[in-house]
Amino acid sequence: MKTFLFTSLLLVVFLRGIAQSVPKDSVTVKELQEVIVLSRLTDKNTNNKLLSTLDTYLSCHEQVDLVKRGAYAWEPLLNGMATERSVITIDGMRIYGACTDKMDPVTSYVETTNLSKAVLHSGQSGSANGATIAGSIDLVRKKAGFGEPAFSGSLFNGMEFNNRQRIIGTDWQWTRQHFFADLDFTYRKAGNYTDGDHKEVAYSQFSKFNLSTIIGYKLNAQQHLELSLIVDRAKDVGYPALPMDVSAANALIGSVSYLWRPAQGSIKEWETKLYFNRITHVMDDSKRPDLPVRMDMPGWSTTSGWYTAFKGAKSRHAWKSTVSMHHNRSLAEMTMFSNEPGQKDMYMLTWPDIHTIYAGFFAEDAYAIAKKWKLTASVGAGVQQQLLKNETGIKTMQIFYPDMPATKNRVLKNAGVSLRFQPSDWQFSLGLSYAERAPSVSEGYGFYLFNSFDRYDYIGNPGLRKERSVELNSSVTYRIPAFELKWQQQFFRIRDYIIGMPQPAFIPMTIGASGIKVYQQLGWASLYNSTFTTTYQLLPSLQVSGKAVYRKGLGKGGLNLPLIQPFSYGATCTYRWKKIQSAVNLEGALKQSRFSPAFGETAAPSYTILNLSGGYTLAVKKIPVILRAGVENLLNRTYTSFADWNRIPRMGRNIYVNWIISL
Amino acid sequence: MRSFLYSGLIALAVSFVSCTKNSSEPANTNELAGLTLVKTIRNTTHSIDLYSATGKVQTGYNEIFLQLKTADGKLVSDAELSWMPVMKMMGMSHSCPFGAVQKKEPFKQTYSGFIIFQMAGNDMEYWELSIQYAVNGTAYSMTDRIAVTDPSRRTVQSFLGADNKRYVLAMVEPVVPKTALNDISARLYTMSSMMQFDPVDSYTIQLDPRMPGMGNHGSPNNVHLTQSADKIYRGKLSLTMTGYWKINLRLLDATGSVVKGEPVTGDNTSSSLFFELEF
Repeated sequence: MKTFLFTSLLLVVFLRGIAQSVPKDSVTVKELQEVIVLSRLTDKNTNNKLLSTLDTYLSCHEQVDLVKRGAYAWEPLLNGMATERSVITIDGMRIYGACTDKMDPVTSYVETTNLSKAVLHSGQSGSANGATIAGSIDLVRKKAGFGEPAFSGSLFNGMEFNNRQRIIGTDWQWTRQHFFADLDFTYRKAGNYTDGDHKEVAYSQFSKFNLSTIIGYKLNAQQHLELSLIVDRAKDVGYPALPMDVSAANALIGSVSYLWRPAQGSIKEWETKLYFNRITHVMDDSKRPDLPVRMDMPGWSTTSGWYTAFKGAKSRHAWKSTVSMHHNRSLAEMTMFSNEPGQKDMYMLTWPDIHTIYAGFFAEDAYAIAKKWKLTASVGAGVQQQLLKNETGIKTMQIFYPDMPATKNRVLKNAGVSLRFQPSDWQFSLGLSYAERAPSVSEGYGFYLFNSFDRYDYIGNPGLRKERSVELNSSVTYRIPAFELKWQQQFFRIRDYIIGMPQPAFIPMTIGASGIKVYQQLGWASLYNSTFTTTYQLLPSLQVSGKAVYRKGLGKGGLNLPLIQPFSYGATCTYRWKKIQSAVNLEGALKQSRFSPAFGETAAPSYTILNLSGGYTLAVKKIPVILRAGVENLLNRTYTSFADWNRIPRMGRNIYVNWIISL
Repeated sequence: MRSFLYSGLIALAVSFVSCTKNSSEPANTNELAGLTLVKTIRNTTHSIDLYSATGKVQTGYNEIFLQLKTADGKLVSDAELSWMPVMKMMGMSHSCPFGAVQKKEPFKQTYSGFIIFQMAGNDMEYWELSIQYAVNGTAYSMTDRIAVTDPSRRTVQSFLGADNKRYVLAMVEPVVPKTALNDISARLYTMSSMMQFDPVDSYTIQLDPRMPGMGNHGSPNNVHLTQSADKIYRGKLSLTMTGYWKINLRLLDATGSVVKGEPVTGDNTSSSLFFELEF
């Protein structure tokens, strides 16, 4: 903490000096959101590793951490909170993972080539598509759009030498006045990676392909239809931090939407979408040696829903509202193969066929009080029903809760207000909000779900109350053309915080497990986040940027919350000149001083890694070829972070090469 | 209103149809639905068909159904029956716990009762069932061997308690176990003599179901068996998954003293008193 304060003080002093020397410039009011630009594979994309996974793109943002159980399908933590507390959508579509062990976050079923950007809303302001406490990440599909007839495409290819990852794919766009289409395909295949000690991390391989298309058809000047489809299949995915791997993870994600952009009037855009997605996730341990019992754990999740969203503006008001509804069915089962000849295999439902139905609305209005003052107020509510229809499922849960009713209804409310003051180059904002969330499928109905970190079997609790959060946030931004600094702070006070608590009376199911934890509610938990980001354009061709993140999570009774990032920092120096770009990047964290032994955590040690990258765009027979190459973890450090499940070591030195041929 | 009338009419028609169907079907075949013939025992005047759900008679609790017929095959539905199973061993004979033979509602022509065989028979040592019955005031009897086999899973225990009494404990339910909180019931007898077994009252049967194949995984919220008014011991058996379960038991007398069985601990993986289940 002391270091943190000191650094911030230094930065403020530094900033004041700059502020006086640089001329003022008009700055437009920025939305209450953060955007991670993924953009197209063109030379305008300045990302140093164009073909990195979505996870890598997300991890660059200071509000996102990624929990790593292997080399693939990292679980995004938003504002220090896991996926139960956030809402992650693809173009507003709700998707529920089908894995009881969180091995398939929504982000694992898309590729960067499917997307144009990821939009982050912090806290309650992310409630447009469902109840959330941490906020939302909406992955926005990329679209060619209508326009003058054009046709473009690219072929891309990449190699990563540490885990012998091969990336190959193609990306095409058609543009017409009344029609557009996007089609892209990506295939990745990687072997095991090696850590900084040149030790191979077994079961860290993966392979996947992703096929995505989006088609737009213009009905008239103001209205058009869009059809979107993503097919994503991962095979042979290893999870070195877990006792099981995934033989197949399949997703089919589709939608039809209708957009209306009136030429006049206060409604600027009205979008209505119908969507459907089905996830199949097959977890097994067939590749692991010497197990007391072998098991298969497949899971299925099917979601269908719709939403209708308006955006409008009138005089001093700019507003948006969303009405949405979705239905999800989650089912997971476990079959354990008996070692005793003549004995039957053992079977149980680990997600006993849970139906979740949600209907809600969210409305936000930004009101320009005065020239430099803006007030944003939002309110939303939703009705959520969790329902067990399957008789076996109900009977399964009634083993623990004999009087459990088959349905549970919750009304989830949220409201927030934020005030922004923008005198010249400065921008100050202060916000206060309230949000509620319902327990996740696992928290409500999980049945003997083994957590390999704390080695407990987790049992859901259908009678859990809502989790309620009050959030106070502030931000200070100073922005002039050559310099930007942003300091964001958030404080969450969460009542009835849902967390697994040991129940010594119960006997675990998993062989070797330490015991059973049942999801219970802690009187309160507090989470504080503070993030600093700064960018300084030293020369037209030279930019330096830095970030610092500090989080602290504490629960009633002095309990440290799990998966809380210690003080972390990063600095990047980028040089761009004509068709050359290069970057040096430093990433690190201090030793974790607050961790949760109750969750199985040990103090993550400090680390610093260095990355180098470079890019060049050349033309081969007038065809532009974008080349990017780099070295990650240049010094081949052996390290592990707070977000590495079971403290598995991260990848050692990795050299990569990406090349994109634009056609 | 019209739709209401329609649905009323339909309901009436359905009930009418179902009534006719019931009365037109021969009662005896209906009563034997789901049962399989075990054996037919005869004497010169009558025959008795023995049925069970599986067509087998096994060690443990058996619900047995009987139909008494005249020599020309007519069902006799107003007889008084009683039975006596006897194990003919090489040097001695003994009986086993059993219940009275009754005609229970809704049965009109089929009698039933239970027998708890505590051991299987073979060629040398076998079970003999003798049935006494009276038709219109005339007493008859018939006797025959019945084959009692061992099931693969144990559902009955015959043992000497710490109080030096001989007991027979048999599981009655669950017949079809489920991944659920199942109803479990059992009957407990003490051996008063070689030929007499009497129900034991006011004991407690503690249970601790385990899966030896899953590191002796145990289940929550089991309820110990205590006696109901009908003498049957009832409790709750929690089974968290399908597969093989060993239901470890401890029998406590009315004062709470342990008659038989040991608690399952880290060192002791099972009790000497147990039932087995597999589904």
